Amino acid sequence: MVVTDIHEGVARPRPTDAASLAAWNVAAQVVDPEIPVLTIEDLGVLRSVRVTSDSVAVTLTPTYSGCPAMDAMRDDVLTVLTSAGYTNVSVRLVLSPAWTTDWMSEIGKAKLREYGIAAPTGHSTVRESGPAGPIRLKMAVKCPRCSSLNTRELAHFGSTSCKSLYECRDCLEPFDYFKVL
Amino acid sequence: MSDNVTTDVADHADDHGHATVDVTTLDAELIEGPSNATPDIAEYALWLGDDALILAQQLGAWISRAPELEEDVALGNVGLDLIGHARSLLHYAGTASNRTEDDLAYWRTEPDFRSLHIVEQPNGDFAHTIARQFIVSHYLFELYSRLRASADATLAAIAAKAVKEVDYHRDHSTQWVLRLAHGTDESRRRISTALGDLWPYVDEIFRDDPLIDRLEGIAVRPSSLRPAFDVAIAPVLAEAELDVPVGFVASGGGRAGKHSEHLAFLLAEMQVLTRAHPGASW
Repeated sequence: MVVTDIHEGVARPRPTDAASLAAWNVAAQVVDPEIPVLTIEDLGVLRSVRVTSDSVAVTLTPTYSGCPAMDAMRDDVLTVLTSAGYTNVSVRLVLSPAWTTDWMSEIGKAKLREYGIAAPTGHSTVRESGPAGPIRLKMAVKCPRCSSLNTRELAHFGSTSCKSLYECRDCLEPFDYFKVL
Repeated sequence: MSDNVTTDVADHADDHGHATVDVTTLDAELIEGPSNATPDIAEYALWLGDDALILAQQLGAWISRAPELEEDVALGNVGLDLIGHARSLLHYAGTASNRTEDDLAYWRTEPDFRSLHIVEQPNGDFAHTIARQFIVSHYLFELYSRLRASADATLAAIAAKAVKEVDYHRDHSTQWVLRLAHGTDESRRRISTALGDLWPYVDEIFRDDPLIDRLEGIAVRPSSLRPAFDVAIAPVLAEAELDVPVGFVASGGGRAGKHSEHLAFLLAEMQVLTRAHPGASW
């Protein structure tokens, strides 16, 4: 399956045939072991599921290159599909097109906030080249506890690759922010 | 690094609690489509993969030793990203010789590594590690930005993934160069010394090897990156009120497998467990 629209937002590239869609719905139950409220469908990590007469082929894309949770997610997809009675299940990791937080579903973002993690704000903007210049346009990150926009970054690298550490200056609580990639 | 990744659930049954010898199982395919590297492309992938692997190993040593907890986490995360790049690149390099990424990482000796001398320079104090990160992450950002347009689909895919992560790495090191330079007299002295100590190794990064002539359109010519690198770091050094160091140029030779005295010790530590227990997994 070729992903043509990288800013697809809400819509997941669900398969169109019934057999593949059924397997997709099984695979989509797998959650991120580090953020158990998010399924791999919410994250945009589940890219395709294809059922043929005697096999299932699943494609995942890693969030960060070195993310250790990928191995767990891959194993969980195998387990959940096998438990559902599928045989000859194969799971492939595909790098291209590269994962971006733009693929996270709106439902996923809402679940993140409820879980206490600020969801990514704005779109991924990897510049072509040039210096780490003076123009770093950033949208304010909203505190998931009190919704204040009066927050500041404490550390760019947080408890996992995908998060940074913020502090709310109103309710004074520290919180994780799922940073834009 | 994980080995023995297989797509057959039955093979997973004994994964936990047993040491199994399984060094020949290929890791999961990372890229769409059939893609075996040619020997030249594999050599180029080794260049980039070894740079990432050695630097990641160095950064891992900071965990529990950085000036503050946030830096333990930051340097650990940067290292983790680099391990990811190394895995993809070494996996691809291995397709030319039927070797796994783990085989290449753990069972080659010093002369077979193709990494640059700058990545094997000791961590030193925090300023030395930051200076090394500053130089290397700015270089890698320019490299991967251009490698995205490679005629080789696998290299292009790896680069497109890596450039987004390296963008965060160069931001991290830039912020620290500025902070150290404008911190205390002591922090300024240290970052200035560190830049001077690391600068002799910058030249090697941008040297062209004959291999590059055979990979036109596939690899990025190192010398072509120097102007963009200079343009990128100049405003940071200006804001930090630090001079671009001048002085001698180190001999280099990493791409030909000629290394300094530091690499062998680093490899000994990185490889000892695998070599003591060949094929073990848990």
